[in-house]
Amino acid sequence: MSFPLLTATAALPAVGAIATAAVPAARRTAAKWMALLFSLATLVAALVVVFRFDPDKVVNSPADRYQLAESHAWIADFGVRYELGVDGIGAALLGLTALLVPFVVLAGWHDADPEDDGKSKESVATGRWRPTQGFFALILMVEAMVILSFLATDVFLFYILFEAMLIPMYFLIGGFGDKAGAHGEKEAATQRSYAAVKFLLYNLVGGLIMLAAVIGLYVVGGTFSLTEIAEARAAGNFEMATNTERLLFLGFFFAFAVKAPLWPLHTWLPNAMGEATAPVAVLITAVVDKVGTFAMLRFCLQLFPNASEWATPVILALALVSIVYGALLAVGQRDIKRLIAYASISHFGFIIMGIFAMTSQGQSGATLYMVNHGISTAALMLVAGFLITRRGSRLIADYGGVQKVAPILAGTFLVGSLATLSLPGLAPFVSEFLVLVGTFARYPVVGIIATVGIVLGALYTLVLYQRTMTGPVKENVRTMPDLRVRELAVVAPLIALLIFLGVYPKPVTDLVNPAVDQTLSDVQKQDPEPEVEAAK
Amino acid sequence: MSASAVHSLWTTAAEPIGKIDAPHIEYGQLAPVLIIVGAAVLGILLEAFVPRRARYHAQLFLTVVALVASFAAVVGLATSGYATTEAGIVAMGAIAVDGPTLFLQGTILLIGLVSVFTFAERRLDPEAHGNRVDSFAAQGAAVPGSEGEQAAVKAGFTTTEVFPLVLFAIAGMLVFPAANDLLTLFIALEVFSLPLYLLCALARRKRLMSQEAAVKYFLLGAFSSAFLLFGVALLYGYAGTVNYAGIAEVVDGTIQDIDPVLAQTMGNDVLLLIGAAMILMGLLFKVGAVPFHMWTPDVYQGAPTPVTGFMAAATKVAAFGALLRLLYVVLPGLRWDWRPVMWGVAIITMLLGAIVAITQTDIKRLLAYSSIAHAGFILAGVIATSPDGISSVLFYLGAYSFVTIGAFAVVTLVRDAGGEATHLSKWAGLGRRSPMVAAVFAVFLLAFAGIPLTSGFAGKFAVFKAAAEGGAGALVIIGVISSAIAAFFYIRVIVLMFFSEPKPEGPTVAVASPLTMTAIAVGVAVTVVLGVAPQYFLDLAGQASVFAR
Repeated sequence: MSFPLLTATAALPAVGAIATAAVPAARRTAAKWMALLFSLATLVAALVVVFRFDPDKVVNSPADRYQLAESHAWIADFGVRYELGVDGIGAALLGLTALLVPFVVLAGWHDADPEDDGKSKESVATGRWRPTQGFFALILMVEAMVILSFLATDVFLFYILFEAMLIPMYFLIGGFGDKAGAHGEKEAATQRSYAAVKFLLYNLVGGLIMLAAVIGLYVVGGTFSLTEIAEARAAGNFEMATNTERLLFLGFFFAFAVKAPLWPLHTWLPNAMGEATAPVAVLITAVVDKVGTFAMLRFCLQLFPNASEWATPVILALALVSIVYGALLAVGQRDIKRLIAYASISHFGFIIMGIFAMTSQGQSGATLYMVNHGISTAALMLVAGFLITRRGSRLIADYGGVQKVAPILAGTFLVGSLATLSLPGLAPFVSEFLVLVGTFARYPVVGIIATVGIVLGALYTLVLYQRTMTGPVKENVRTMPDLRVRELAVVAPLIALLIFLGVYPKPVTDLVNPAVDQTLSDVQKQDPEPEVEAAK
Repeated sequence: MSASAVHSLWTTAAEPIGKIDAPHIEYGQLAPVLIIVGAAVLGILLEAFVPRRARYHAQLFLTVVALVASFAAVVGLATSGYATTEAGIVAMGAIAVDGPTLFLQGTILLIGLVSVFTFAERRLDPEAHGNRVDSFAAQGAAVPGSEGEQAAVKAGFTTTEVFPLVLFAIAGMLVFPAANDLLTLFIALEVFSLPLYLLCALARRKRLMSQEAAVKYFLLGAFSSAFLLFGVALLYGYAGTVNYAGIAEVVDGTIQDIDPVLAQTMGNDVLLLIGAAMILMGLLFKVGAVPFHMWTPDVYQGAPTPVTGFMAAATKVAAFGALLRLLYVVLPGLRWDWRPVMWGVAIITMLLGAIVAITQTDIKRLLAYSSIAHAGFILAGVIATSPDGISSVLFYLGAYSFVTIGAFAVVTLVRDAGGEATHLSKWAGLGRRSPMVAAVFAVFLLAFAGIPLTSGFAGKFAVFKAAAEGGAGALVIIGVISSAIAAFFYIRVIVLMFFSEPKPEGPTVAVASPLTMTAIAVGVAVTVVLGVAPQYFLDLAGQASVFAR
């Protein structure tokens, strides 16, 4: 038996979480370093996985679709196995997750420090309340579960992780909210626990509906293993009645659409991202939400190809609404973090549109979009977080003229904003372009309407920049310090990556393309023939 | 009609006395029950003859030894094949020793053992006049607030009778799911109910509430017993026998020879339907299913918390065991009649339990309504009428009961000047003051809510899967919806504990003895193990899912 590389990759952050939680109360800094160390180790392990994965093998033999596979008996009574495997899409998202978490840890370095530095009477009296350790342990816990969910090739295993990751996420949102609330401390605490509960309930309801569908899938097929289901289908032993397939598809899709989030199931996201600290908001939108769109690609399309096709028109319509509605609401926001949240909703609309366009460009673009959106949102949100901690307010109106006082902060914020509006030369442009081309090839009208989102995107990001960074220097901003070394260490690599992938996206597309072709052959779709033969 | 053909008491009496055979009793197969009954009787003698100082330790020792010995007997029986190949009917057809019996007996004994640890806890309440006290009244007979009570407290009395009482209750519970005729069923019901009524009345604090709870429980319990007994009579009239297999044969119509004495009633379907319905009522009362659930919140709230935990866990296991055997052994032929009714009961039980729980402000009442919702989930598995249905119910019962005991054990820890602080508002900010206790309680709540990687999820998945395979897809969807509703109030408690600011004069978490700590640790361990690696226990439940007939 070979070394279980995938399990090890997922286990590293889990072990890190336990180690971090076990650090004594007084040694807060040690806990932080511990968390950073483990997240970096995970990054190394993830990179090993990504490089060991050979996308060309998939082209030659579809049996090698999931590589580095591991398979162990787990709960035989439920037909459940512990099965892992990595495909191109999973590898890309695994890389993204492992890449972002160290930055999240670094950016949140001081977010969970006790306000009184642990010296007040109550802190001493209770002693065992260790928010810092908890904060970083929870982040690593989320990372472990997200990574495992990208690697799971057993539907049940995926479902378990999909649900279980809500719990640490919930504590991260509710327990470590933004100290710089919009309306004072007490109100902030109420808002925070409201946001946490809303997050959990939305996702739990989605998950429970999926549970009914998971049980239904078992009753139909008797197995949860993706490879076994694929084999059974190839042999013609996996037939579902049309209505059953549609119902099961809806059960799965509902859960993923809540998580992704797709309009009209999106309302938890602005609350959660607004109230959480900036690093946690990044964790939500750049890492955890990706599980939703990833699962649409892997599970909805693979398990229910006919139903996916049946639902495509409605899903495309909802994605369009998400794109336009999210962008419109972003334009109207007064709160920086909520603005970014609505922008994300618009972007998730693009991703879902790309997936359900059922063309290779659309789906490659969507996968690339997931990666690029992760990086660009992380950059923008983390800089916004640094800005908000400095001034203690999330309201756009409280800022002005920051670029005169803190030019580096403003500059990085500008790059993040431009990435968000998909400026050519930065990574998101490539993916947005691919998604639009892919959609246009099959659904020209949808493609045309979606471009409205781009125009609005330019509006909300540039207006945000203009209102906060340019103009006369506001009174409270006058003494604002520029980015510190730690903060620069967070932002600079992200920006470098945005530029690199904007100029040279080939590494990611090479990784992703064979897997996308495989998914398309699952749904028995081929790219529409171009009307004018392109010169080869 | 010739007189000799009528067998009744008269003809039996007319025959020479020497012809009555001595009943054949299989002592080995009955050992688990006999050990407990014997220990309970011994416990009464200890009360009479052992000096007051030594009683607590003597009783605790005897009880624990008896439970362990009885559990060992169950394991011994199971390993020698009595759960599968050797399964059979013993004690002249009164008791069935088979897979479900042994699985449930083992579960009840473990629940009993863990509960006894919480019963024996004597460090939570402050010492009264230099004596350590437990959760039970100094002297049950002393009127609350009277001088007699004060004198009893001053003298350092404790109610050590609770140990034999709980043993009697456990003995009844061991017989209840094993009962193979209706009279044994009724007797077992009374044997475990009467000690429970008493135990409910014995709280040290809030005695009036405790006594009120006991009276309510007793009155309603007596009502349900009467229904059950009436149902037994009607079924006897219908079948001419109280034996399970015998009734099943009459229901199936395989027996044609009609008992002449009962010629007018035998085979009359009206009697069958009404009788079966009444027996079901009696059993559904014990499991706390809607609409027979009214007693649950009051009794759970008023009873001493260790008793609540024991009752919530063990009664449910025993009663669901009896319900399974009744439906699967006696009434399978009546499936098309009882299934729609049980569908309805399961649906309103799940929904009402989950919805009403939202409005609760007392943690014990909240757990009571949650137990009602869980009864509904288990009923979904019962309805499946398949071996998978049986094994999923067995697994769910095992998983649920340990979460329940653990949760109630945590409730005993959170105290203020008035004893346990059960009002939810007092739990605000508990996560700040005692992160460990709050975290453990959160684990139990997540298990109740059925979050993956806890035993609650594995159990819920098992029953829903069995129900879906049995064609009850709609039930699964309603179950999933009520799970979502239920999740709301479990999460509300977690919010309260972790995200609310602690109140200045909030409760403290008492430092408990290793006894309660063991109970809680066992609860957590079972919750996690059954959540992460349930296969072994699913196998066990799967092997145990065949009833002897």
